[in-house]
Amino acid sequence: MAAESRPAPTPLLKDELDIVIPTIRNLDFLEMWRPFFQQYHLIIVQDGDPSKTIKVPEGFDYELYNRNDINRILGPKASCISFKDSACRCFGYMVSKKKYIYTIDDDCFVAKDPSGKDINALDQHIKNLLSPSTPFFFNTLYDPYREGADFVRGYPFSLRDGAPTAVSHGLWLNIPDYDAPTQLVKPLERNTRYVDAVMTIPKGTLFPMCGMNLAFNRELIGPAMYFGLMGEGQPIGRYDDMWAGWCTKVICDHLGLGVKTGLPYIWHSKASNPFVNLKKEYKGIFWQEELIPFFQQATLSKDCTTVQKCYIELAKQVKAKLGKVDDYFNKLADAMVTWIEAWDELNPAGAGSAALSAGSSK
Amino acid sequence: MSQAPIKDNEVDIVIGALRSDLSSFFNEWRAYFSRFHLIIVKDPDLKEELKIPDGFSLNVYTKNDIDRIVGSTSISFSGYSCRYFGFLVSKKKYIISIDDDCHPAKDNKGNFVDAVAQHIENLTTPATPFFFNTLYDPYRDGADFVRGYPFSLRNGVNCALSCGLWLNLADLDAPTQALKPSERNNRYVDAVLTVPTAALLPVSGINIAFDREAVGPALFPALRLAEEGKVRWETIEDIWSGMCVKVICDHLGLGVKTGLPYVWRTDRGDAIESLKKEWEGVKLMEEVVPFLQSTMLPVTAATAEDCVVEMAKTVKQQLGSSNPVFGHAADSMLEWVRIWKTMGSRPS
Repeated sequence: MAAESRPAPTPLLKDELDIVIPTIRNLDFLEMWRPFFQQYHLIIVQDGDPSKTIKVPEGFDYELYNRNDINRILGPKASCISFKDSACRCFGYMVSKKKYIYTIDDDCFVAKDPSGKDINALDQHIKNLLSPSTPFFFNTLYDPYREGADFVRGYPFSLRDGAPTAVSHGLWLNIPDYDAPTQLVKPLERNTRYVDAVMTIPKGTLFPMCGMNLAFNRELIGPAMYFGLMGEGQPIGRYDDMWAGWCTKVICDHLGLGVKTGLPYIWHSKASNPFVNLKKEYKGIFWQEELIPFFQQATLSKDCTTVQKCYIELAKQVKAKLGKVDDYFNKLADAMVTWIEAWDELNPAGAGSAALSAGSSK
Repeated sequence: MSQAPIKDNEVDIVIGALRSDLSSFFNEWRAYFSRFHLIIVKDPDLKEELKIPDGFSLNVYTKNDIDRIVGSTSISFSGYSCRYFGFLVSKKKYIISIDDDCHPAKDNKGNFVDAVAQHIENLTTPATPFFFNTLYDPYRDGADFVRGYPFSLRNGVNCALSCGLWLNLADLDAPTQALKPSERNNRYVDAVLTVPTAALLPVSGINIAFDREAVGPALFPALRLAEEGKVRWETIEDIWSGMCVKVICDHLGLGVKTGLPYVWRTDRGDAIESLKKEWEGVKLMEEVVPFLQSTMLPVTAATAEDCVVEMAKTVKQQLGSSNPVFGHAADSMLEWVRIWKTMGSRPS
């Protein structure tokens, strides 16, 4: 069965979680998050001009990396980290030494729930990650481990332990995460609907993973969270998190890990320019049509017992099957391998090489 | 995305009457039911006369009608299964069915929910089973497909089944409710979503709607527990039927939605009392799920009827030997298709 009569207070994971923030301007938004973030260590990945100084508000414990740092630390392998695109954030995942990561965009603020209370998004992500997922059978009352919810009649008892949760995908009020065409057609649409649910995305189902408000268990799935080649010198943008999400979901499905989506909400304040977005996404809109069947049909062999092995295997398949769509995918496949090599170099103790049955207790 | 409004005469509301006094039930639902034609089917085991208020366009069927119309059959329409007779005799495209211990619910703003209208909206807007949209139903007002959702999948597919939810007494099983006797569902989740293809779910019969033309024969009273009773905790027929419908919808490329509308479900029965009876159902689920997850229907099965026949065969082959209950279920499924076809060939 799910929760005992009194749920234990959520441990803060103060020393087990890093908050990774890509930025190019400033970190003023952190002031609003101070009550929720101040106790955590921040990893700031500064994109763009490294000679610029990014001001971090007082009182935060952080490490900051600019492009010079990335080049210095990774050497030639730095080629896999995007430049002039928030995809560079994944460098933060690689250098972190913590078990959990929360990543958030610098135009995301604290949202309010329907009662008017400020939402501690980090707290909800932690709850999501620390309770099991249910990828093998859909529960119609959504996350059965939430207070006030449970498994419904007909839900097999043998599946009620669930699977370890690898990813917690949060949502956004105000400016929704639409693609450029939709933004152009509906420039005024705002997401005002607070859907009070967390749910597991079933095994075998893909989804568009947005990196704006995302948390994951770095030990379980970290190496799969490569945000690809975007930005300067690349033919595509705004598909970094999508790419990571599809790879991650295929690997999670293979390894028996769960992906949750829904709460928490953050308040997304800035709508990016849809014309700029259209140029970035343009190729992606067409390529997507090939990518989706590719990921839907991707299978990984039984020997792929670690995330790295899964990822390398996927990279091979990307090269073999998507190379013909565009040469970009050959480069991307190579970059995926470089990423894993860099990850393993920076994480020699084996973070992310958790084998198949990484059971986290409820 | 606007749709042509559905015509009232395309809908039947089917109510299985397990208790005789339905006055307050119908008065509460009047605002939402009265536009439509109703089919009331009286539980054949219920002795008392039904009390139904005036002002509805309805047909009431009792045991005599069932016996007369269906003739000799191994199918039992007793208890909750009586509603299936209503599905059988309906001639409409859409059916909505709600348990007789459910009331209209209120949404987060305190307004009563028109469950009928919501089910109709669910059935008449596309479903999106092939890719999960993180903003849930993209066809709802104020929502859309998110960045990264493939454009070729944005037309969606026809929605064949709409599974609603329950506030207050949620559809929990007996062991869970017995363990948490005061647990009530107070969470109104303002979402409709498509259950992805290949994902199975327990389809509760308490508050559902479906496209009868698309999947009618795939909802059947087939899996009966030995001591099936008159409370939902003591049945599994809807769960079995619902999971088969999902497999069939996946095969036929039709969608299944879940979420809104909510109904308010009143307390009835005793979870602890029901424990004994429900255990059988709980054990059966363990065998059912792996079986359904791996069932493949042949390409030649192009209609719901074909699919039910094929499923019945596989059920008999693969599950029949482990428990006679499954053998009976398979027989019932075939018998159901036979009855369905007979009804269908009769003049209206």
